[in-house]
Amino acid sequence: MSSALLIEQALNGLQFGVMLFLMAAGLTLIFGVMGVINLAHGSLYMVGAFACAAVAAYTGSFWLGLVASLIAAAAAGAIVEVTVIRRLYNRDHLDQVLATFALILIFSEGTRWVFGSFPLYLDIPKVLQGAISLPGGAQYQLYRLAIIGAGLVVAIGLYLLIAKTRLGMRIRAGESDREMISALGVDIASLNTIVFALGAALAGLAGALVGALQSVQVGMGEPVLILAFVVIVIGGIGSIKGALAGAILVGVVDTMGRFLLPQLFTLFMQPSQAATAGAAIASMLIYIVMAFILAVRPKGLFAVNA
Amino acid sequence: MADRERLVNITLALIVPACALAAYGMGEPFYVTLATRIAILALAATGLNLALGLGGLVSFGHAAFFGIGGYVAGIFATHAFNQIPLLVSPVTLMATNQMPVIWLVSAVVAGLVACLIGLISLRTSGVYFIMITLAFAQMIYYFAISWPAYGGEDGLSITVRNGFPGLNTLDPLNFFLIAYGLLLLALSAFSQLRDSRFGAALQATRQNEVRVASIGIRPLRIRLVAFIISGMITAIAGALFADLNRFVGPSMLSWSMSGELIVLIILGGTGRLFGPVAGAILFVLFEFALGGLTEHWQLFLGLILLAVVLFGRGGLVGLLAGKVRHG
Repeated sequence: MSSALLIEQALNGLQFGVMLFLMAAGLTLIFGVMGVINLAHGSLYMVGAFACAAVAAYTGSFWLGLVASLIAAAAAGAIVEVTVIRRLYNRDHLDQVLATFALILIFSEGTRWVFGSFPLYLDIPKVLQGAISLPGGAQYQLYRLAIIGAGLVVAIGLYLLIAKTRLGMRIRAGESDREMISALGVDIASLNTIVFALGAALAGLAGALVGALQSVQVGMGEPVLILAFVVIVIGGIGSIKGALAGAILVGVVDTMGRFLLPQLFTLFMQPSQAATAGAAIASMLIYIVMAFILAVRPKGLFAVNA
Repeated sequence: MADRERLVNITLALIVPACALAAYGMGEPFYVTLATRIAILALAATGLNLALGLGGLVSFGHAAFFGIGGYVAGIFATHAFNQIPLLVSPVTLMATNQMPVIWLVSAVVAGLVACLIGLISLRTSGVYFIMITLAFAQMIYYFAISWPAYGGEDGLSITVRNGFPGLNTLDPLNFFLIAYGLLLLALSAFSQLRDSRFGAALQATRQNEVRVASIGIRPLRIRLVAFIISGMITAIAGALFADLNRFVGPSMLSWSMSGELIVLIILGGTGRLFGPVAGAILFVLFEFALGGLTEHWQLFLGLILLAVVLFGRGGLVGLLAGKVRHG
């Protein structure tokens, strides 16, 4: 095993983690402020990917597609918040799960109705095509590096937004006491809509960025959504810092596990068996990590004091 | 009010076999299969109703148990058909294609898995519990996909439906009666459990955990036992479901299967004895009627579900028999 390959896989893990962070940040923000578990977050990711692919195919510009994905996902998020989620704030989690499960069915079938069952494809923009050399002689896809960069920029931006701005102050206040800030004259209803649209836009951005690496199709959001759940359970629900740490951990552990475990198993197994067993265990690895973390810290790594 | 619920329950209990018998008499085996599907889904949801309805444990991972039952049925059928032993060392273990043994094995395996998942996930509550049960089910789903010995992503076909002593399971009516008989057994077990000391304790942990703990009952133990029994019942339904379709695949383990099981309960009425039966009837009829009209039937299912959650609480049994007085 060469060090170049190892570096490449580590970067792949980082890129995967950054993408998971974009999903998990919105989920954890929405849960923190509104106390709502949103299963339809994966649908917003899909909306972003489809908007980007459709606009990019129509105009020929990936960047316009990226803008469209942010607008479409934020708009879808705002509409969903005003029509459905708003009625669920005082309901129990079972109702929230069911209503947002219903939204998944509606979004998935609706998208299939409009775009058909065949996947769409999205090209990597010209500027970001090709690979660059890393120290140590490894070649790495420029676009994936750009995703890592974009994710880190979003993470810093989100930190500044929450720590330094008036909106961020209201979001933090909303997380600690909803009744109090509405009594102090903050329009809690529009704050909720803004937070939900912001989370949706982040999910849409993730969908659009990943859309250029994979095919854009119905049902692409749910596997990512479930991983994002694992991320925020590990990180502590409601904590952006936890979402970042959890996302990087899950991304790197999953990618490196798939890469290293089959090789590790060849030490004491026949190659064909090792490949099978390694792949099977690797696919379960992050859930095993989650179980261990929960056994030690049931509220996650960066638990928010409720 | 209790009498009205009893009347609704008896009607629901009679309507499914009546339809199956009528369809069989008219030589329409397809509708018998539809009734069998209702009975099996109702059985799976009755298992979940124990955890979710009585215990308030919103498990979003019951597809794991459903799929485990399905895979046990599939693996036994394949081994028995090909005459390959299940286990060579330390003892040679031949597979059987007899359903009672398969149900027992399904229930035991699912019970063990439920015990492991429960021990970790029941330490948490609320949203954490929902997400963790979902994550563990997903773990088993990915394991089934990446383990090629039993079909991997393609699943496993059951060449010959497993047998039952004294009955011909290939006959649709006989198979319906087996599934329906198990459903009635599970319903009577559910009602016995609900009215027992254990059931009272379980419902009390849902309503107020602190008070239960303060009178000396350990909520964790009660919940764990409920979660295990719940998983076992759902696993037996999974074994039947695999035999009904003569196929088991990772889709039986998928998150949308878990979601559908919850949907069945909510459509029917949470915590109500016949809620899962009413829910399964509604769900299968929606699927059949809407699926005949449009290939996008899930869109309309989503809209109906949304309307039920937002405006019509209590489900079908709640609508017919009135609301339960205590929460």
